[in-house]
Amino acid sequence: MVPFNILVAVCLVYVCLLFLVAFVAERRAERGKAGFLRSPLVYTLSLSIYCTAWTFYGAVGYAARSGLEFLTIYLGPTLVLIGWWVLLRKLVRIGQSQRVTSIADLISSRYGKSNLLGVIVTVICVVAATPYIALQLQSVTLSFGVFASGTPEGWALPNQSATALWVAAGLTVFTILFGTRNLDANERHHGVVMAIALEAVVKLVALLAVGIFVVWGVAGGWADVAARIDASPIGDWPLVPGRWIGLTLVSAAAIVTLPRMFQVMVVENSDERHLATASWAFPLYLMLMSLFVVPIAVVGLSVLPEGANPDLFVLTLPLAEGKGKLAMLAFLGGFSSATSMVIVAAIALATMVSNHVVAPLWLSLRAGGAKAPGDVRGLVLMSRRVSIAAILALGYIYYSLSGGSAALAAIGLIAFVGVAQILPAMLGGLFWRGATRIGAALGLTTGFLVWLYTLYLPSFGAGGLLSAAVLADGPWGIGWLRPQAMFGAHGLDPLMHAVFWSLALNTFTFVAGSLVTFPGPVERMQGLAFVNAFDHDPGARGWSRGGAEAEDLLTMAQGILGAEEAQEFFRTCAEAQGKAGFLPDTTADFIERLERRLSGAVGSATAHAMVAQFAEGAAVSAQDLLAVASEAQQILEYSTQLEAKSEELERTARQLQEANEKLKDLSVQKDAFLSQISHELRTPMTSIRAFSEILKDPDLPDEMQKQYAGVIHDETIRLTRLLDDLLDLSVLENRKVKLDVKVANLHDLISKAVRSASNTRPERSFVIHRDQPTEHIPVITDTDRLVQVFINLVSNARKYCDAERPELTINARRRGNRIIVDFIDNGSGIPKASQRLIFEKFARLTDTARAGGAGLGLAICREIMANLGGTIAYLPGQGGAAFRVSLPTKPETRAQEAA
Amino acid sequence: MKRPSPPRFLARRSYRRRRLIDAARLLPVLGFILIMVPILWRPGATAAPDTALGGLYLFAVWFGLIGAAFLVARILARGEPDAGDGETERETR
Repeated sequence: MVPFNILVAVCLVYVCLLFLVAFVAERRAERGKAGFLRSPLVYTLSLSIYCTAWTFYGAVGYAARSGLEFLTIYLGPTLVLIGWWVLLRKLVRIGQSQRVTSIADLISSRYGKSNLLGVIVTVICVVAATPYIALQLQSVTLSFGVFASGTPEGWALPNQSATALWVAAGLTVFTILFGTRNLDANERHHGVVMAIALEAVVKLVALLAVGIFVVWGVAGGWADVAARIDASPIGDWPLVPGRWIGLTLVSAAAIVTLPRMFQVMVVENSDERHLATASWAFPLYLMLMSLFVVPIAVVGLSVLPEGANPDLFVLTLPLAEGKGKLAMLAFLGGFSSATSMVIVAAIALATMVSNHVVAPLWLSLRAGGAKAPGDVRGLVLMSRRVSIAAILALGYIYYSLSGGSAALAAIGLIAFVGVAQILPAMLGGLFWRGATRIGAALGLTTGFLVWLYTLYLPSFGAGGLLSAAVLADGPWGIGWLRPQAMFGAHGLDPLMHAVFWSLALNTFTFVAGSLVTFPGPVERMQGLAFVNAFDHDPGARGWSRGGAEAEDLLTMAQGILGAEEAQEFFRTCAEAQGKAGFLPDTTADFIERLERRLSGAVGSATAHAMVAQFAEGAAVSAQDLLAVASEAQQILEYSTQLEAKSEELERTARQLQEANEKLKDLSVQKDAFLSQISHELRTPMTSIRAFSEILKDPDLPDEMQKQYAGVIHDETIRLTRLLDDLLDLSVLENRKVKLDVKVANLHDLISKAVRSASNTRPERSFVIHRDQPTEHIPVITDTDRLVQVFINLVSNARKYCDAERPELTINARRRGNRIIVDFIDNGSGIPKASQRLIFEKFARLTDTARAGGAGLGLAICREIMANLGGTIAYLPGQGGAAFRVSLPTKPETRAQEAA
Repeated sequence: MKRPSPPRFLARRSYRRRRLIDAARLLPVLGFILIMVPILWRPGATAAPDTALGGLYLFAVWFGLIGAAFLVARILARGEPDAGDGETERETR
């Protein structure tokens, strides 16, 4: 017999192991070594969260009550998996191309990014999942109880309710730790998936071990088992045709509509081809899980005393035979099944709640809408964490209210029928372009309400949430509305009755609603993209022209994706358009890409709403609609080729235009410079001439002589400096500079620069924020030149930052083999029009008097960085002037050139 | 007088592949029908116990379906990279 303490210790060790596996997997994925993590094997194993504690314990109980009927729960999914080419392949393709984050997001995205549908689906899923999660808590608690009651020396289980509470709390922590680290759902939860794959192996091995022990250890092999089956109470097979068909179909529906299955099958899928492997491997897994269920049930019925709970035969049989270790393995198997389901379900539901309920609410409540900058990322992550806790709390409340009495199978089936209500809207959306938002909303609501009324509420028992009178005679005595015999359908078993009426009315209202309503433009476009998901043409675009400012969009995207990711995304897009810097043209294509990227983080409806605030009135043009409506798809094929060509031309034209504008600006500047430089040279010359003439006067007092000589000296220094700068620049520009490469600590270089720059406008108090520990990065470069760049940037900030309390933030970090240093001040920044020019020679934004230099500083910086093999760029959207210096950790090819 | 008729299908490989896709589409239908067969036996009405035999039948069907899915998936996955070649092949040969 296993003492309680050891049992708890084993559980804790097992959970720690899961933590470790998840942690290592996450680490490897971060370093890009995700090879094994993305294998079809791990994908298939992760699908096994279909087999929850309901399978592990409940299947045996189910078999002991109704014979072979339990097989339907596994045969339905088998049919869906072996038919992957038809449905799952399309689902996964759409999931990836639309960056779908959950099943609610799929439905909402298909029907014109409607948040209403997202909310409806979220509600259905949460309501259906609550008893299911309660079921998992119950099974873990029951299995603890088995060990408690079986011991003669007796350790009493502290308290059933307390055990369930501890389990729920532990699961919450684990889920939050590993489920909400990344915001972008498309980044995938490698750690969680890996832990679940491990749990899949544990539960399979445990069930097989118990099965093998029962067949060859307790009974005498297959022949004996067959004889026992024939002799047992379930020897005869009371097959009810309606239930047989209905349960197969409902479980087939559940595998695509259960939020957790959607999460692992579609959202976490990294490669469409994994489906091919899963199509046979997952049914094989299901078959192995079911193989020993009937033998265990039959042997349990014959060996164990009358009245033993058949739901726990998997545990009680080995215990009764005195196999403590096997029972322990079985316990871990059950524990695995329960925990993996709860973790994934909580992640999936929390994503839905935060994307479809919290984020839209927050968007509409906030005064400035999406335009006001803010940390959406933090909000979404926090709301996900809270949602996970809330969902588990709901499960726990349901568990303690229901008293955990009902047979496991009943609760599971109720949840299955609930989520199956999503099926008509989903299938309609994938295969029928005529399906509309209103139709889907009607169908979903009808199905959900009928399910609540006919199955969910009666499941609490007569006198529970529905009074006994209503159950027996219908509300207000109207017999036709009896929850379990609607419209006089007495002949059906309650479950099949609910399945029939809910799905029938659901489908009917969905189809009828779709037929009579008219879809909106975005809806039609999304419909086309979903139904024709395999066409090469991505379909019509949602945004015809950009009306948005790239800088505003960047600010918003930074709030959601995080600064670095957003900047990287904008930079890549700008590069694809043939532009340098961080601000791409806001073409329809770019806005479309941005919206998809955002929807990976906050769901399509929210992303659409946020982008819409910037691109107002530019949503869909008549031409786009014509493209959707016209049946002449063949013409499109030809036009895509033209489009590709014209895109190429457009890009070239844009580059030319940009170059031309720059040239024009430069020529204006050059003229300005010529007058500027003559002015700069003339002013000191004039004063030198004037004062030297005065000095010629022999009667001048000594004091004044000294003073005037000083003035002349100062002016010549100024002249020399100007000429030095010009010379320096020309040397740098011709790449003839000799680099003095040394090893240094970046921290020391920055400190040196800050010190040297402190005599620029020393009268101003100036706060500099630095993260000192992260600055200790070794750098091999020409340190004097680099410090020169830093000094220039810091003193520029000191000179030009117009904030009342000027502040400068310096961030240094290493990314790959490059070092990146950002200088961000809190002033008003540089207007967009000037951003391209500041690095040009003699460019000056303010009037000459304030600048006090010739406008060569940044030009020299740029040339220095080019000589060092790095870059310097203006970083828009930081709330002030911001410069990014990027350089390689060690010099690249310059060394060879120099030699 | 009679000349040997030219081969009717010029691109056998892509033709095979398309039929294989048909098979992949039909496999779940076949599976559903096979799983529904026990309804016709009306096991509840017969006198002899049928659970053991019925279980054997269902697991046999299950195993057969898995085997068929395995073959289909393997061949389909092998041809995946040149999925778009179907058309060009027909033209060139």
